[in-house]
Amino acid sequence: MIYDHLVVRYGELSLKGKNRRHFESQLFETVKRKLRPFQGLNISKHFDRIVIELNGQSYEPIVKSLQDIFGIHSISLAVRSENDLEAIQKAALIALNEAIEGKKTFKVTGKRSLKSFPVNSMQLNQEVGGYLLRNTEGLTVDVHNPDVNVKVEVKDTGTYISSKSFEGAGGLPIGVGGKAMLMLSGGIDSPVAGYLTMKRGVRIEGVHFHSPPFTSERAKQKVVDLTQELTRYSGGKIKLHVVPFTKIQQTIKDKIPSSYSMTIMRRVMLRITERLAENNHAMAIANGENLGQVASQTMHSMYAINEVTNMPILRPVITMDKLEIMNLSHKIGTYEISIRPYEDCCTIFLPSAPKTKPKREKAIRYEKNIENLEELIEEAVNEVETLILEEGKSADETFDDLL
Amino acid sequence: MIYLDNSATTKPYKEVLDTFVTVSEKYFANPSSLHSKGGEAEKLLGQARKSIAQLLEVAPSEVVFTSGGTEGNNIAIKGIAFQHQNRGKHLITSSVEHASSHESFQYLESQGFEITYLPVDQDGLISLEDLERSIRPDTILVSLIHVNNETGTIQPIQEIGEILKEHPKIFFHVDNVQGVGKVDLPLREWGIDLCTISAHKIHGLKGNGILFVKNGVSISSLFTGGEQELKKRAGTENVAGIVAMAKALRLILQESKEKKESLFEIKQFLIEELRSIDGIDINTSMKYSAPHIINFSVKGIKPEVLIHSLDKRDVYVSTRSACSSKQGGASRILLEMGLGENRASTAIRLSTSYGNTLKEAEKALKVLKEELLNIKKVMR
Repeated sequence: MIYDHLVVRYGELSLKGKNRRHFESQLFETVKRKLRPFQGLNISKHFDRIVIELNGQSYEPIVKSLQDIFGIHSISLAVRSENDLEAIQKAALIALNEAIEGKKTFKVTGKRSLKSFPVNSMQLNQEVGGYLLRNTEGLTVDVHNPDVNVKVEVKDTGTYISSKSFEGAGGLPIGVGGKAMLMLSGGIDSPVAGYLTMKRGVRIEGVHFHSPPFTSERAKQKVVDLTQELTRYSGGKIKLHVVPFTKIQQTIKDKIPSSYSMTIMRRVMLRITERLAENNHAMAIANGENLGQVASQTMHSMYAINEVTNMPILRPVITMDKLEIMNLSHKIGTYEISIRPYEDCCTIFLPSAPKTKPKREKAIRYEKNIENLEELIEEAVNEVETLILEEGKSADETFDDLL
Repeated sequence: MIYLDNSATTKPYKEVLDTFVTVSEKYFANPSSLHSKGGEAEKLLGQARKSIAQLLEVAPSEVVFTSGGTEGNNIAIKGIAFQHQNRGKHLITSSVEHASSHESFQYLESQGFEITYLPVDQDGLISLEDLERSIRPDTILVSLIHVNNETGTIQPIQEIGEILKEHPKIFFHVDNVQGVGKVDLPLREWGIDLCTISAHKIHGLKGNGILFVKNGVSISSLFTGGEQELKKRAGTENVAGIVAMAKALRLILQESKEKKESLFEIKQFLIEELRSIDGIDINTSMKYSAPHIINFSVKGIKPEVLIHSLDKRDVYVSTRSACSSKQGGASRILLEMGLGENRASTAIRLSTSYGNTLKEAEKALKVLKEELLNIKKVMR
């Protein structure tokens, strides 16, 4: 392997004027933290890119890690050469040969950022392209639709030549967009919603409602594992708030007509989440709601439930088809966890016939049946158990020695 | 003791035994039980699966726990054959497979499947041209051993994988029981769909193994009666053995990173010395073989006799595959390599692992020379 560098290019953030410096340093910190498990790398920040010197490490696992980071547009394998035309030509030939296997056309994209270099961008294309043609067989140049694009960038620190690129995750660097509380049930949708929320640079904290003994320890563990999986994309730790919900669910079952119990339960969950958001300085709530035909997923339901908060509710998967959500879930690694068959608190007291078109006025009226609702909410919020999950570390280290 | 029979089985690592004892004591519950003890065991099992997946660079959902190499090969070969027989009943393998594969194919033959057994050359290698020629529209599986258990020959799995990438409907199974920790086998890159691994060949415990089944590859289950192991292999999981296997895999991959050179050194030394002994022929290919297996034949001496006389001197070697050693007679593998009846029936196998040293090899060789002399005296 001749590649000794990775060049990480930013996504949208090159456009964002004044905030740019902030964005870049956020991203740089995330990259550094993410690559901590790899030893011997040199990571440095440049004007519009991050350069990683591999120092003999193989690039595959590093590229894979980088593809989890939002705010990265692309990752290129690069070889660095001296700022000397002959050296550049030779390096370009090696880079082309690495990438060309089985392909037929290429082009050279030269870029001279170092203006003191005597060969300008146009000339670079010709000089390097000509050299490559002379020293290979059966290849032709196609400037519009090449199989391989050999990028040659002359900078003050040397010339970077790359022919192989990988797509980054896109989006904005985590941490530039504030914080939201993510309602995590354990299903397929909510982790995907969390992933997409983070994609816009938003930090998340998880909120899960736990109703022992009606929901099991395994159901809770499932949510812990989902949160753990999401730390891959979070640029560090994620907090998970586990809300004791048994008492409230029992009260709802006692006092609310069963056709409205689901609606009221959701209203209470939203209130508790809002309270947790305030306590943890978050400015929005995110969830996996998706417009559909079942119980809580109708627009009528949303209208009756949403009323209890003024906080913005982010619903990243609201318009997606189930299949789209599942595909994303596979991609981000949460699907296998989400399909574990444990009941969560939403299904445990599920009425046989929940209203698909609940009326807001009725919900308000029924809710008044629970006189001590405020007290119950207060109590639940006070007794929240908060876990901190960190990438690469299992929250429970009891097993590490065994493995 | 000089133990040179690591291809038959290895001595478990101390850490592996510690893990086994701790898990057996503390996490003995059935992972499928609903109570919290069951939950703990299930969680531990999940962590072990994840850890193994990471080490093999695959997804946790692609790791199926088995009882070992024989079962892995059986499930893979029969599982693919029965599941996909509607698409075709032609299977390709080689003539030098381990008995567990070989006999699975013979069984399938009796069930109406058609099998191509690819021949091998003097080095024990199949030819890529033969393989390409034998592929037919109704071929559903190619199954090959990576590192041969008797001779150490390494089949060109990467090249075969490339050929099979052109035939996306053919499944590719690799028996990697002998290769783990000794010869690299990147499962993803080389286009492998199923891969068999055994724990006790990597200093884990007997009764545990892994079958890698790529996501999306469906196999019929040979065991029914539960939903364990992604419904591919029913039965209560051997949690302690599995966790111990995760440990063994981690340790051997670590050792292979640090010490593979030393295995080559020992092999080089042994082969050069053995070659200079009158009446000894080296059966292991110099060019295409794994760093830990050396097979040679001693003219005119029954291998059992030599094994027993070495045994008395505390040096442990074997005739060939432990799974076939009781049958006596000539080695099927060596016959297939065209080495002739005489060489095939006088073969000795030395197999090393990371515990062995060059010093041990020197000592073993000295003992071997002395015992050869003794035997020859008696026979005269």
